[in-house]
Amino acid sequence: MQVLAPEAVAPEAGSKSAAFYDVDGTLVSTNVVHAFAYYAANRGRLVESALRISAVVAGLPVFWAADQISRTLFNELFYRQYKGISRDRLIALSEELFEKVLKPAIFPGAEEMVERCRRTGARQVLVTGAIDLTILPLARHFGMDDVIANELEFVGNVATGRIKKPLLASGVKAAAVRDYCAKNGLDLSACWGFCDSYADYPMLAVVGRPVAVNPDFRLRAMARTHDWPVVELR
Amino acid sequence: MRLAKELDAPEVVTIDTGSAPRILHYGEDFLLEDLPVGTRVIYPRQPMAGLPNPRAAIRWALNHPLGCDPLPAQLRPGMKVTIAIDDISLPLPQMARPDLRQTMLEILLEMLADHGVDDVHIIIAIALHRKMTAAEVERMVGPKVFREYWPDRLYHHDAEDAANMVELGKTRHGEPVRINRRAAESDLLIYANINFVPMNGGHKSIGVGLTDYEGLKANHNPQAIRGSWSYMDPKGPSELHRSFDRIGKIVEKHVNVFKIETAINNRMYGPAMDFLAKNEDDFTESDRLKFQALKWTLSRTPRALRREVFMRVPAPYELIAVHAGKTEPVHDKILEKSYEQYAVKVQGQADILIHGIPFISPYNANSKALNPLLVQVMGLGYLFNLYRGRPLVKKGGVLILTHPCSDDFDTDHHPSYVEFFYRVLTETRDATVHQEKYEEEFARNPAYIEMYRRGNAFHGVHPLYMWYWGENGRQHVGRVIVVGADNEHVPRILGWDRAETLAEAIAMARSEMGRSAEITMVHNAPVVLADVE
Repeated sequence: MQVLAPEAVAPEAGSKSAAFYDVDGTLVSTNVVHAFAYYAANRGRLVESALRISAVVAGLPVFWAADQISRTLFNELFYRQYKGISRDRLIALSEELFEKVLKPAIFPGAEEMVERCRRTGARQVLVTGAIDLTILPLARHFGMDDVIANELEFVGNVATGRIKKPLLASGVKAAAVRDYCAKNGLDLSACWGFCDSYADYPMLAVVGRPVAVNPDFRLRAMARTHDWPVVELR
Repeated sequence: MRLAKELDAPEVVTIDTGSAPRILHYGEDFLLEDLPVGTRVIYPRQPMAGLPNPRAAIRWALNHPLGCDPLPAQLRPGMKVTIAIDDISLPLPQMARPDLRQTMLEILLEMLADHGVDDVHIIIAIALHRKMTAAEVERMVGPKVFREYWPDRLYHHDAEDAANMVELGKTRHGEPVRINRRAAESDLLIYANINFVPMNGGHKSIGVGLTDYEGLKANHNPQAIRGSWSYMDPKGPSELHRSFDRIGKIVEKHVNVFKIETAINNRMYGPAMDFLAKNEDDFTESDRLKFQALKWTLSRTPRALRREVFMRVPAPYELIAVHAGKTEPVHDKILEKSYEQYAVKVQGQADILIHGIPFISPYNANSKALNPLLVQVMGLGYLFNLYRGRPLVKKGGVLILTHPCSDDFDTDHHPSYVEFFYRVLTETRDATVHQEKYEEEFARNPAYIEMYRRGNAFHGVHPLYMWYWGENGRQHVGRVIVVGADNEHVPRILGWDRAETLAEAIAMARSEMGRSAEITMVHNAPVVLADVE
């Protein structure tokens, strides 16, 4: 897990709050699987691409089952797909990935919502289980101040298929948000959290202004229980 | 005991030893209470006769406007016309179909089409109210208009769509005049209004209904509310209405406005429930049986279902007047009619005033609850302000309200109310502190803004307006006692006292105001406007 500043946008001086955004399903309609599928389709020779796509597709039921059991298990299984990919290739494709896959998938209203939040003086931060390199162009597009994302382990510029610990998902996201606030002197009770999935419930639970965005069934029920705002951007 | 029909002024009845118990609204239920001898009970006036042919009356008004040329004479092919209409917040409960807005729209659209006017948009002037659902809009405008215009040419005003707002200038008091761009840039802006209470209509329609948060700040603030004697007396000392008038005059300098205003009668209940508007001393055996049957049914029905049923019983209101033309002469005529229907002469103020609070307010049509803030705004904002001249209760008097005050919020319609009630109101009940410390935060909250724009939520700042709205009532009365609250914390947060029964509340009030305190109960609804002499 690492924290990156995608661009030098200085948050409003004296601001004690931040807005933490989940990405998949919250700001964009796609998810990590789609992003990876795109990557896979663009990698190397034709036969290799076809094989990789087949491997991803064949793995989908396994991923789905893993996701139902635990988001952490899902991520661990999933990131193994990156094994053998070079860092340069990943960076080169991330821009294209953004233009062709992520940008068209941005929810109508997501940019406006982020902009309105920025105007309150809050620091803008993406918190995502995706790989840092793949998410940076999106973070730049939204004008994020920071990105908290998973970091792929590389040996000699080639990915090992493992994520540097701790894997950012579920409760770890909450801990990361808490650490980020402590490190930057932010008031957690004045911070926002925007998430779509029940898996991110811990992250919403630690901030003072949780918002369920396009929530799944369980998060919607949880939001109702706690009277949290529910926003539909779809 | 004298029957109402024997009295000179049948709307004001004094309780004696033989009087029947009185019915009070109590949320989704009713209370039947004996009142102390000597209590005045004020009843609504009987419904005035509806106009026999509303469509013809509307057409006549369009062809005989006040202060301008007839509507057909103002139309030319190819012009850009916008029709603005009120939202679901009035009348209450919803009108039986066809809604008056449907009738007006059908006539207007036909007339526009006959004159070759094709560029027509219909805007629902919601300001910061919630957007209605498609089904609610269809019920209001009728299937024909809905099919043809929704959603491209029939839509809600969006106060958060900065690109579609335009500032026309500032009043001499520095109030920004900001309205919907489409309305401002039209060759003709027609506003088709329903005047449910005298506060509605006039310059408020456009100046409030089509503006945004920046525009509303000018008059939706504690200072303007404290400077307003009664919301229902626009011609009286009302800072609120002076501000609406200043803004309206600037609007009319820039935009060609054609106003249609309508007044409706007091016929809130159909034949099955019309006993609720009657003097209980005049009840027939059938009325008593109907009330007992209603009570029995309500006692066996869950509250949510009771709400659903109440919300779905429409009111058979009838049109009693329609005028068109320039805003001010039209509004004056309609106010006259409105007072004729609602105003009841009352001698002197009361020390103790009793109001029953029903299940509905302008802000919770089809919502899952009348939440605590809306109970507050009904009591101190609306019912307290139903007077002309002087308030019905003396300065420092006691206001007794009957409502369960349940801790229920509809989080789809009123998401920011929850935060305001529990975070802000528990810190302070001072509206000026709310304004300075919290108003911007609630108004700029991106989650609430998105819920307002894309969902069916009231704007984030709306709960603060609700608290401001109760401000002149709060400044005037010495104490509020709520009867039958089902919990302790809601009245405590609102700053109210709590009593189990009406008798207990009256005893509490008398301990403060004296044994000989003058007690008055207002038998709402329908609307009763007290002309206090």
